[in-house]
Amino acid sequence: MEKDTSYTSKADEFIQMFKKGEEFTKELLKENEKLRYKIVELEGSIEKSVDNARTRLYEERIKLLEDELNSLKEKYREVEKENKDFATKYLEVEEENNNLANLYVASYQLHSTLDFSEVLRIVLEIVINLIGAERFSIVLIDDKTNELVPVAAEGMAIADAPKVKIGVGIIGRVAREGESFFAENLTDAGEYNPYEPIVCIPLKIKEHVIGVLAIYKLFTQKAGFSNVDYELFNLLAGHAATAIFSSRLYTQSERKLTTIQSFLDLLKEKPKK
Amino acid sequence: MPNILVVEDSPTMRQLISFAMKRVPDSRVIEATDGVDALKKLSSEKIDLILADINMPVMDGLKLVSLVRGNSAFKDIPIIIVTTEGAEEDRKRAIAIGANAYLPKPIQTQELLKLVTSFLSGQRK
Repeated sequence: MEKDTSYTSKADEFIQMFKKGEEFTKELLKENEKLRYKIVELEGSIEKSVDNARTRLYEERIKLLEDELNSLKEKYREVEKENKDFATKYLEVEEENNNLANLYVASYQLHSTLDFSEVLRIVLEIVINLIGAERFSIVLIDDKTNELVPVAAEGMAIADAPKVKIGVGIIGRVAREGESFFAENLTDAGEYNPYEPIVCIPLKIKEHVIGVLAIYKLFTQKAGFSNVDYELFNLLAGHAATAIFSSRLYTQSERKLTTIQSFLDLLKEKPKK
Repeated sequence: MPNILVVEDSPTMRQLISFAMKRVPDSRVIEATDGVDALKKLSSEKIDLILADINMPVMDGLKLVSLVRGNSAFKDIPIIIVTTEGAEEDRKRAIAIGANAYLPKPIQTQELLKLVTSFLSGQRK
């Protein structure tokens, strides 16, 4: 009986221990579960922080690339602008080159002959083809009468070009003062008046005026004057004057030489008996 | 090497155009003083382009254009008229006769070079 009681109490004790063990195990399992959860949580947060760091890196890289792109765009704009400037300069140089070629040809032609009428023809050609004048005349000063006498004309009869006293009217004033005259309205010339040209250029050797180029009408397609036209006017004022003056002197001296030669020939002839 | 025939009675203009044509790569300029002279040059030289004035003695530019267009050997040669006649009806008349382009004087060299180059390269016909 006593033995039974001791077995019962030992069994109870074992059961109690077993229950405690069971509870402990359950607690351990719970604790394990919590720890696992925490590990998952920690792993998540680690991953997140790694992602954040990566994102920051990527963002920094993007910013760097954006800065680089902007600086490249800026450089491209600068190069583009430079290219445009070069293209504009190239066109300007081309234009200048063409203008110089025109001036060279005009000057070359003017000094290519000593024949007075040939020089006048070249001046007419230059004024027609390079300036674009349709109606104009060239008048030269006659030292004996102090008058401007027409020697060549285009688009009008030479007889229609007026003889003008120095200092009288636009042509006379230009001859006296040696300053070019340009009418305000070059295209609408109105009714043709031989005393009122739209452009008047003195033909000068240094400061000495030898004549005047009087333009009355420009070609329809010629709306106005460009820089090269004014250069041409300057060229005409000087080179044409020199060419006209020297060719006239040469022609006169040739004529005198022929006269003198004929006179000498006459003197050399033996008197007839 | 393209041969360019410049038909002009004015020596100044002939020299000016010939001078400008030096800038057309590898080109050679042949000069004629009027339409008749131009026809002689056409029969003795292979011409790739004609630059012709209208007002010329002996034979004018328009007569030259119509004769060139009427000749099967030359009919395809591009012709550019360079003239002082700036009126629209003059331009229309020249184009109707067979000119390919019409440039009133005073000429802008760059414009002329552009036209010549476009015809010689076949961009314009």
